[in-house]
Amino acid sequence: MSILVLAEHDNSNLKPATLNTIAAANALGSSVHVLVAGSSCQSVADESAAIDGIEKVLLADDSAYENQLAESTANLIQSVSADFSHILAPATTFGKNVLPRLSALLDVQQISEITEVVSEDTFKRPIYAGSCIATVKSNDVIKVITVRATAFDPVNASGGSASIESIDADGISDLSSFVGEEIAQSDRPELTAASIVISGGRGMQSGDNFHLLETIADKLGAAVGASRAAVDAGFVPNDYQVGQTGKIVAPDLYIAVGISGAIQHLAGMKDSKVIVAINKDEDAPIFQVADYGLVADLFNVLPELSEQL
Amino acid sequence: MKIVVPIKRVVDYNVKVRPLSDQSDVDLNNVKMAMNPFCEIAIEEAVRLKESGTATEVIAVTVGKSDSQEQLRTALALGADRAILIESDSLLEPLAIAKALSKVIKEEDPQLVILGKQAIDGDNNQTGQMLAAILSYGQATFASEVTIDGDSASVTREIDGGLQTIKVSLPAIITTDLRLNEPRYASLPNIMKAKKKELDIKPIADMGIDTASRMELLSVELPPARQEGIKVESVAELVDKLKNEAKVIS
Repeated sequence: MSILVLAEHDNSNLKPATLNTIAAANALGSSVHVLVAGSSCQSVADESAAIDGIEKVLLADDSAYENQLAESTANLIQSVSADFSHILAPATTFGKNVLPRLSALLDVQQISEITEVVSEDTFKRPIYAGSCIATVKSNDVIKVITVRATAFDPVNASGGSASIESIDADGISDLSSFVGEEIAQSDRPELTAASIVISGGRGMQSGDNFHLLETIADKLGAAVGASRAAVDAGFVPNDYQVGQTGKIVAPDLYIAVGISGAIQHLAGMKDSKVIVAINKDEDAPIFQVADYGLVADLFNVLPELSEQL
Repeated sequence: MKIVVPIKRVVDYNVKVRPLSDQSDVDLNNVKMAMNPFCEIAIEEAVRLKESGTATEVIAVTVGKSDSQEQLRTALALGADRAILIESDSLLEPLAIAKALSKVIKEEDPQLVILGKQAIDGDNNQTGQMLAAILSYGQATFASEVTIDGDSASVTREIDGGLQTIKVSLPAIITTDLRLNEPRYASLPNIMKAKKKELDIKPIADMGIDTASRMELLSVELPPARQEGIKVESVAELVDKLKNEAKVIS
């Protein structure tokens, strides 16, 4: 039996989390296939075929899959599912939308957001915002799994030469339709892929003050993130949010500025290699996970930091 | 229009949960329980749709032990009209919960089902999507804005790259993200009124569904602890440490 990874992409390029998901698939077995469902997405299939260690790429190229809505995508995966022992997708908003629907269609209990493959049926996953790690064994015939990208090092994007097999669209649904999207445009690296992240919290006091973080981010080649409190307050849009229900990041360096460190925020960043906390409240819980803490007013610290970098 | 809102009783979000000493499960002895925060947002959205004249009835449903009645009463105090407890003595997995909910939803035949995108205990983020599949409904997950427009709903979704808007035919499943609304607090008079509202109890055994576990919980442990850090006195010291000790910037 083979292992299927659902590719995440925008019809032009593969999203990096797919490579981390393939790493988890490699820990399960040697025959890994990638499913690319999209519209005019041959380039994504080619990119997938070049990934090191992929055996086969399944390409469903149809206008129905242009926006990869859950209903049609889940039906498509179901139509090919009989050949697979495991079906994986990244635990991104894309994978989290599609895979549980597939799981119910297959009548299996999905294993969400795994951080470790113990064996072909046993996995580790965080629960309670990462306060605990559960080890679970699945007794379902097909294992449907979402993968926390930061827990697996990405596989090599080149070196492979998999065959590409076109498959027909199956089970196209009109239950939902795409209307539009507002995708944030930024020259900075993507939050989940950046090696340095600088995030601001409620202590930033306003959205305008985020330029203090952006200046530093640009010097370091870093991404800019935020705590839920900063997003709720309207300082920055939702795609900045790091935490239990936002994005999970694990960069080499995470700089938390004006963030108190609620459990929900720590859940999204505490696996970072080095954590810096800058906060004027010396009792802020963020200092408990910080490698380097600086108790000071961020409005004094940030201009000085920018100058010294 | 009738709206069903499935909710869940979970450990209060302020509680730091720890494993039992034998690591067989999490320790839930004497911890404060509450309605899952995303479920509060779901109730709020349904109640607002009723207040604006779009919805006529809001029904809160949960699958759980008898003590989940407490959270259903909270839902009633927040504005739900009636409640249903699907009573189960054991804790169920999302697939079994979705199956149980689907039975009640088929009976009630609502035009909309709104539920939280995830519960903060298992962090599974599955039930809404599974329910949509079982009922063959369309789904709009991670909603930050909902507009009902005749026989469809226009839903703005929080996705990793930003926001996406989709149209979904009714009946549909909507799951709530954090910024859909800010839930109200229950007032004392409404808490008193909620005690008199209808709360039906249906044993899960009568539903004719397979609720057997598909997964075994082998152990629960603490995540690896981080090494204790240090406090630096100045920006200059911080930059020096990052360059020369941690070597994460150059």
